[in-house]
Amino acid sequence: MPTTVTMTVNGKTVSREVEERTLLVNFLRDKIGLTGTHVGCDTSQCGACVVHLDGNAIKSCSILAVQAEGASVTTIEGLAAADGTLHPMQAAFKEHHGLQCGYCTPGMVMSAVDLAKRNPSLTEQQVRQGLEGNICRCTGYHNIVKAVLAGADAMQAGAGERQPAEMAAD
Amino acid sequence: MYSFSFHRPKTLAEAASIQGGLEEPKLLGGGMTLVPTLKQRLARPSDLIDLSQIPELKGIRETAEGLEIGAFARHAEVAASDLVRRTIPALADLAGHIGDRQVRNLGTMGGSIANADPAADYPAAVLALKSTVKTDRREIDGDAFFTGMFETALEPAEIVAAVRYQRPGKAAYAKFRNPASRYAVVGVFVAVFGSEVRVAVTGAAGSVFRATELESALAADFRPEALEGITVQRDDLNADIHASADYRAHLVTVMAKRAVVACG
Ligand SMILES: Cc1cc2nc3c(=O)[nH]c(=O)nc-3n(C[C@H](O)[C@H](O)[C@H](O)COP(=O)(O)OP(=O)(O)OC[C@H]3O[C@@H](n4cnc5c(N)ncnc54)[C@H](O)[C@@H]3O)c2cc1C
Ligand code: FES
Ligand code: FES
Repeated sequence: MPTTVTMTVNGKTVSREVEERTLLVNFLRDKIGLTGTHVGCDTSQCGACVVHLDGNAIKSCSILAVQAEGASVTTIEGLAAADGTLHPMQAAFKEHHGLQCGYCTPGMVMSAVDLAKRNPSLTEQQVRQGLEGNICRCTGYHNIVKAVLAGADAMQAGAGERQPAEMAAD
Repeated sequence: MYSFSFHRPKTLAEAASIQGGLEEPKLLGGGMTLVPTLKQRLARPSDLIDLSQIPELKGIRETAEGLEIGAFARHAEVAASDLVRRTIPALADLAGHIGDRQVRNLGTMGGSIANADPAADYPAAVLALKSTVKTDRREIDGDAFFTGMFETALEPAEIVAAVRYQRPGKAAYAKFRNPASRYAVVGVFVAVFGSEVRVAVTGAAGSVFRATELESALAADFRPEALEGITVQRDDLNADIHASADYRAHLVTVMAKRAVVACG
């Protein structure tokens, strides 16, 4: 039976009719048209689908859209500034060549942002452990780890200069 | 996924009563086991009862004897809780090593124990920490909660509300994780309560169990050396592509030793 689900996606309130069994990732991709969030597996293991739900990284392939009713979701499309300036973590992935085919990248970046927000001074070990839920078939992870460390530093450096209102909108 | 109806009760009483008139209702915790199961069409519930909006199932409280953790406490919340880290640090450590960060952000304690996966981590804590499982209708002794592979003492539609864990003198959980799934190939929770030592083993058999051979050896001499040469004797140890029964038996002793060392 179709039902209406309402949530905030990248700061905007969206409301769509869905089936109860619709996964959040399908809601985002097919109903909202945000195809940056990928699906890479059927076993909840690859992390290509990671988005933030009320600020926490989760796998959008393993939660129903109706479970996110009333919640606030941030996808990879919601990271860059309105003028197109990349988020420091996105910029770091570009700079450090943290991707090859790019399939895992949206999930990697979303997980990395969550990790960096929780740990003000990340170590390489923490990055490797923190990205356990994200699989990359191309890079061998080395450059991803470099990118995350650099992106986390850039986020730290930026945090001091930013306005409280901007921080709250993250 | 087959289709189903979705309900979001606001109280425990409503979650319990709503199930009465439904054909094949299923409770939904964090969904980290149930949603993948539904995706694979391995279950076909008529209705899902989402437990996420019920305040009675939430929170972590200190009790005279230890801790009471609400069934809907997410793994990440338990891992990060100052109260848990201070009162029973081994429990926070266990929760912090379940799956990956994204799984811990959704998965709940209640879902984990109700599911009773033979390789799940929480069941080892339930058995080692002299716990009591509170449901919507009664209290179940933690020692009697797990009854077999994916089987518990819960009745149909019974809802886990919280678990009370007793605070041990010292405790540690040592897990040999499957590197792909991150579930326990073998996980051993050692807890010391005065002269009593409890050794709960998950991953090794169809259901979590207490290794009594190891318990008595450690009660006599709480050092890793005391476990030298002792192997659990059971004919129901798991054997699969990840580990043979003999290897799992070996790992039980090794993980128990590591847990004893970690107890300090
Ligand atoms: C990639 C991945 C890795 C994982 N790694 C690990 C690991 O290393 N260790 C580990 O222990 N687990 C692991 N898990 C499982 C995870 O911990 C789950 O969160 C947990 O097993 C189920 O909890 P849930 O809240 O998600 O429950 P759900 O999936 O929502 O439900 C599971 C079952 O419990 C029932 N249920 C839920 N809540 C209640 C309640 N309050 N009362 C009665 N019944 C209830 C449901 O009806 C269902 O049958 C992993 C999962 C994934 C996807
Ligand atoms: S698509 Fe692989 S974890 Fe979600
Ligand atoms: S860049 Fe191709 S999967 Fe990671």
